[in-house]
Amino acid sequence: MKRINTFRRVIRTGLLNFVRNAWLAIAAMAVMVVTLTTILFSVVANATFNNTIEQITSKINISVYLKDDISVVQRNALMEDLRRQPNVKNVTYVSKIEALAKYRADNANNQSLLQAVSETGNPLPASISIDPNDPTRIQNIKDFLDKAENKALQDPQSGTSYSGDRKAAIDKISHATNVLQRVGVAAVLVFAVISVLIIFNTIQMAIFNRRDELTIMRLLGATTWYIRGPFVVESIMYGIIAAVASVAIINAIFVTAASALQASSLGLLDINYSAQYFRSHFWALLGSQLLIGVVIGAVSSVIATRRYLKFRTSK
Amino acid sequence: MILLDRVTKIYNRKSTALDRISLHVEPKEFVIVVGQSGAGKTTLLRLLTREEKPTSGKIVIGGVDYDKLKDRDIPLLRRKIGVVFQDFKLLPNKTVFENVAFALEIVGMGNREIRHTVPRVLDIVNLKGKERNMPYELSGGERQRVAIARAIVRQPKILIADEPTGNLDPKHAWDVIKVLEKINRYGTTVLLTTHNQDIVNKLKRRVVTIEGGRVASDRANATYEHL
Repeated sequence: MKRINTFRRVIRTGLLNFVRNAWLAIAAMAVMVVTLTTILFSVVANATFNNTIEQITSKINISVYLKDDISVVQRNALMEDLRRQPNVKNVTYVSKIEALAKYRADNANNQSLLQAVSETGNPLPASISIDPNDPTRIQNIKDFLDKAENKALQDPQSGTSYSGDRKAAIDKISHATNVLQRVGVAAVLVFAVISVLIIFNTIQMAIFNRRDELTIMRLLGATTWYIRGPFVVESIMYGIIAAVASVAIINAIFVTAASALQASSLGLLDINYSAQYFRSHFWALLGSQLLIGVVIGAVSSVIATRRYLKFRTSK
Repeated sequence: MILLDRVTKIYNRKSTALDRISLHVEPKEFVIVVGQSGAGKTTLLRLLTREEKPTSGKIVIGGVDYDKLKDRDIPLLRRKIGVVFQDFKLLPNKTVFENVAFALEIVGMGNREIRHTVPRVLDIVNLKGKERNMPYELSGGERQRVAIARAIVRQPKILIADEPTGNLDPKHAWDVIKVLEKINRYGTTVLLTTHNQDIVNKLKRRVVTIEGGRVASDRANATYEHL
């Protein structure tokens, strides 16, 4: 019963102080909002970058064009050999008819190209399409295809397509992502430190205003946690409010400003994916923001009050 | 109840506040400590409430040996000792009732019990009807009696009063002293410091005189003429 009474009083005093220190609290919360928003933004941005890279890399494959006169047995043997190569995810056969159908679909708006194909029969070669696990490391597949016995099966007029230009783009993006991740982590750390310092300052000011009261509480035999508790509750409130605010801000960015962002990303990024990621992970994101806010608030208030609660133990 | 054995407190090399003080106070005793400013009276009381640690010597209060007292047990010790200060140390934003209730909230007493206990204690210090007043609306004597109410509301075995009349005119001072006597009659050990000659003479209690950090005299039923 005693503990319940004490616990209730600590919570109540903390909430009351939170309301009374409103202006002081706003400064602390503002910094925390910046910190938490930066954290959340980097998480969503990171997910978006990764998604973009994945999307691009999944489109990368190797196409090997075959001579018209090879047998089904030869073709199947080649495909089996390819499947046994490392770094090969998938091997599919694209027949001449399928190639034509795809060509027609791709160029449905271009009459002259369509006519060129139909007049000369079907000039498109059959091909084998290879999806690599890691499109940035395809040297072994290339070497395999360049062997003389395999080269003999390939159409000499159409070179093997390695999607080389896209590979360069992927490398650039993943490099940019790495840099951005590092910048993001650094920014988050800097803001976290600043917000801890400002919360320190806020609580120390609050303590300074109430130092007589603290002295009296100490003399009347209040325990450390009875005195400290309300300050911790107050700072946890900063954390909770800042976490909710940061989620609201990020929500606003990806909902209201989504189209503007999409335009400024030059089509390189899929902002709709950001919004979708944010929505599908909403509770997890909100939960971790709350956790971070509460921890920052609690830790800084415990440290800030420590100095004032020490007993004089010098002899 | 209170035992000091060769207690010395040295703040720094040049100032020795207490020099091998020994003092023994029986339960339910009323002891007045007199001495000039700087004689060491306040240091003595601060050692008893463990606001200071002695440089050497032994202190035992109510069976608690201060050498064995851990920091986290200090709050529990202080709950057993009521303290009244010269400057009252009331919380300015709280009413009379709230100031007294505060001492009970700290120890986790329930609201209903607090509502029951506080008026009874305010009655003892003759402040019935002043529950809702703020400290600034009270006279010095009334404020000091609020402080006494706060000190005794937890029924401590020991009440320490550090010059409680220092800021009061003679009439109010005497009101405060009468309350202290009443509490002593109820069975609380009272340790009072003062340099009010009149009070010492009228009380005719045990008087311990401190000079230069040492006990200069210790007499029962003493008046100022004896000192």
